[in-house]
Amino acid sequence: MTLPALLIQLVNGLASASSLFLLAAGLTLIFGVSRIVNFAHGSLYMLGAYIGYSAVAHFGATIAGYWLAILAAALATGLIGASIEILLLRRIYRAPELLQLIATFGVVLIVEDIALALWGPEDLLGRRAPGLSGVIVFAGRVLPQYDALLMVVGPLVLLVLWWLIRRTRWGTMVRAASENRELTQALGIDQAWLFTGVFFLGAFLAGLAGALELPRESAHLGMDLAVIAEAFVVTVVGGLGSIPGAFVAAILIGLTRAVCIGLGSVELAGVVVALPRLTLVTEFVVMAIVLAVRPYGLLGSAPPTPATTAIPEHRTLVRAPGRASAVAVIVVFALAALLPLVGDEYDLVLATDVLVFALFAASLQLILGGGGLASFGHAAYFGLGAYAAALAAKHGAPMALAVALAPAAAMLAAFLFGWFCVRLSGIYLAMLTLAFAQIVWSIAFQWDSVTGGSNGLVGVWPPDWLAGKQTYFYLALAVALLALVLIAWLAQTPFGYALRAGRDSRLRAEASGIDVRSTQWRAFAAAGAFAGLAGGLYGFSKGSISPETLAIPRSVDALVMVLLGGLNAPAGPLVGSIAFIGLQDTLSRATEYWRAGLGVTILLLVLVFPMGIGGVVQRIAARLGR
Amino acid sequence: MTARFRGFLALVVAAIVSVPALGQPIRIGELNSYKTFPAFLEPYRKGMELAVEEINRAGGVLGRPLELVVRDDNGNPGDAVRVAEELLAREKAAVLMGTFSSAVGLAVADFARQRKAFFLAAEPLTDKIVWEDGNKYTFRLRPSTYMQTAMLVPDAVRLTKRRWAIVYPNYEYGTAATAAFKQLMIARQQSGIEFVEIAAPLGKIDAGPVVQALIDAKPDAIFSSLFAGDLAKFVREGELRGLFRDRPVLNLLAGEPEYLDPLKDEAPVGWYVTGYPWYAITTPEHKRFLDAYQAKFNDYPRQGSVVGYSAVKSVAAAIAKAKSTDPDKLVAAMQGLGVDTPFGKVIYRALDHQSTMGAFVGRLAVKDGKGVMVDWKYANGADYLPSDDWVRAHRPKE
Repeated sequence: MTLPALLIQLVNGLASASSLFLLAAGLTLIFGVSRIVNFAHGSLYMLGAYIGYSAVAHFGATIAGYWLAILAAALATGLIGASIEILLLRRIYRAPELLQLIATFGVVLIVEDIALALWGPEDLLGRRAPGLSGVIVFAGRVLPQYDALLMVVGPLVLLVLWWLIRRTRWGTMVRAASENRELTQALGIDQAWLFTGVFFLGAFLAGLAGALELPRESAHLGMDLAVIAEAFVVTVVGGLGSIPGAFVAAILIGLTRAVCIGLGSVELAGVVVALPRLTLVTEFVVMAIVLAVRPYGLLGSAPPTPATTAIPEHRTLVRAPGRASAVAVIVVFALAALLPLVGDEYDLVLATDVLVFALFAASLQLILGGGGLASFGHAAYFGLGAYAAALAAKHGAPMALAVALAPAAAMLAAFLFGWFCVRLSGIYLAMLTLAFAQIVWSIAFQWDSVTGGSNGLVGVWPPDWLAGKQTYFYLALAVALLALVLIAWLAQTPFGYALRAGRDSRLRAEASGIDVRSTQWRAFAAAGAFAGLAGGLYGFSKGSISPETLAIPRSVDALVMVLLGGLNAPAGPLVGSIAFIGLQDTLSRATEYWRAGLGVTILLLVLVFPMGIGGVVQRIAARLGR
Repeated sequence: MTARFRGFLALVVAAIVSVPALGQPIRIGELNSYKTFPAFLEPYRKGMELAVEEINRAGGVLGRPLELVVRDDNGNPGDAVRVAEELLAREKAAVLMGTFSSAVGLAVADFARQRKAFFLAAEPLTDKIVWEDGNKYTFRLRPSTYMQTAMLVPDAVRLTKRRWAIVYPNYEYGTAATAAFKQLMIARQQSGIEFVEIAAPLGKIDAGPVVQALIDAKPDAIFSSLFAGDLAKFVREGELRGLFRDRPVLNLLAGEPEYLDPLKDEAPVGWYVTGYPWYAITTPEHKRFLDAYQAKFNDYPRQGSVVGYSAVKSVAAAIAKAKSTDPDKLVAAMQGLGVDTPFGKVIYRALDHQSTMGAFVGRLAVKDGKGVMVDWKYANGADYLPSDDWVRAHRPKE
């Protein structure tokens, strides 16, 4: 690659970096103030693009009309964002932080279906920006004028935001609120409207990013999920809450990707590496490296360590489950064992799914509830288990061995990744788990000769004597029962107590001689093993395995189940799994708009049961027992 | 009585009249990624509905009406297998039909093998579903990635270009198209042909850098398997930066209305594509389909409409011939079965269960502000299949 060629690729990268920055700036702004991980940011971006498309189609023939239309789209998106904050998020600020993530996930599902209903399924390619549809000749090569404009818009927005945050009274209040909410409130600043304002601005930026993308790309369904992971990555690489950080991170990622494409296939030590294929995960590789070196991102700083946990429920003592709980477990599983007598074959399939996902969710709950370690990439261990079992079976291993390999392989990976992850905390930890999961996903997705690439592996069936739905259900029931009891038992061992101590007050735990990091690391590995076991069971129940088992939506499913069930309720994973799978199954049969239906139900559940369904049950039980 | 209510009543009456007193309906269990690929699958669903209506109006199959039971597979193989289970166990579907992506198609095909259920994979393009991973119970309607690539190769050979750039979405369909193109070109054109490849993440192509890299690679011609949003981005950036000036481009699927229509007047003129020029086909079987479709939906058919319509017709024909819904009898009936589709008669080969449905190959042009295919011809699928010996060597023995 020649120097001018490299140069023009860097310029291309800058244009992409600019739109990436606009997207991430809003996200980091919202997070910095409200601590909300806004999953719906991608949906706002998509809405910006769609609204922009419609506005431009009507008024965009002239230069003034075009830019007014873009601005109107951004404003409309901002208003939508503000109403989401007022109607939804404001009601759950007191709930565990991650619950807000689930609420915004519900919004994602709803917006997807609304966009489909309003704009139809076809891609909508908007008109080019009038006056900017040509090219600039640059270093003997051409650059679209619009890309040049984007390169200016990015830094311009950065400057405006910097001025807004650093130089205005409103900005001062925002900064105060992001540093100390209680104190800000005590000073008489109305936090609710401050948050709404920040949400408006963040959503405005998302809408602007979406609308500005129109001359480069069609408005289409699926834009939301295509960008959301990327936006998170940029935010985290830059340092959460740091807008200049997001700018630097966007440039870093934009440039890396452009250079990967520009260099093409290169020969390294005799091996040809197709760098463009790496673009599937460039941003995640960058993030993993940055977080390994700088745990709080490029320009982020360590958040102050609170003396104790911020979540009130965590301050109550965990009591060992008594005889009543044991009886309850026996009754529930005995009833479940009767299912084949009353249900049809499909009930058994559903019930097997419920059990597998209950185990998967329980493995996440072990570290999320017990350890306070949020994993956004838990599907990695589920999927690795599934792949390990499937590969073993494909190479002739008996099913027992294949299923046994599943937790082993997943635990090994969890050991490796966990070592890096437990060095971080909070959302940084969560994002590093996500990065590892995406890297594993991209390997499974592209390693055709071993993993079957994007198709995955088929023909992973249990032996004939186990293949019946009923037999397999009993197998799943037995394994899930054992594993769930084991997980509950772990919570009562000194290890479980140490894990919770580290979660509730790291300093005090360390002072009393607990090696918090090592405890968390072991918990991570144990969680990985259980997730892997669930994955192994899953693969054999479906007969095939594909990269989807490793992908982000699978991780989100587990999070939703844990939070629906209750972060710390022992029965939570089972309750969450029943609720989630039951809902998905019922709704997808009842209506074409089942995604929106699922989203609305999730929102209602979150609003009614902010502590999760299991949490409420637990509280009632505690009250009755008193 | 309001007009709307009257209309409703008329519909009800029509529904009652059009389904004469028949026996228990025969259920087609249709599963697809409706929410993941709506642009293709909404017209697909309409096509199915039209076919079912026509069949039932003519008295159904075996004296029983056909009934569609439609499920969303959520775009992933795990959910698809669960839904397939539901269709068989609870809905008592006689056959399984549908699927879009290769991964889902292959998983359901293997499930069908395991459960000994009849499965017609309508859309998945993967070569493996009938060849490397083919099985007794699975049939496939659409021409595969290999076949559609082979349909474009004669044009590519005629261009006598030496240095080809290949750009593809980074998943099975794209890699398979790339591999097939290289293999066929090397076999057909000996004179020192060379290839440069660029993969782009599906749905997330970074069009600026990709186009620039292609320009810097200085190819004589381009072969692309991009579609949907990626295609639109690629076309815009490429036109802007002059990538397509003096360079012929071949693009799989780009003539399908689903992907061509969003481009409107920016449809890249002169590209060699496979697709579906519904506006220009004059065969009687297509005209009949087109009229019926437009009358029912007040919309024009897309490629998906033809696939959905033909898939239902295929299943109905198989059941009629087998005089049964027993899976093994259906398989036997389907082998060598001829089915009348809007593209003419197609035959499901006994050898590998692939239908001989073809695709239209032509060049893109812009007419009245819309992209259209011109100079097209119908490429019969039967002419673009690998040799029987190759198939026998690669398809697992039963």
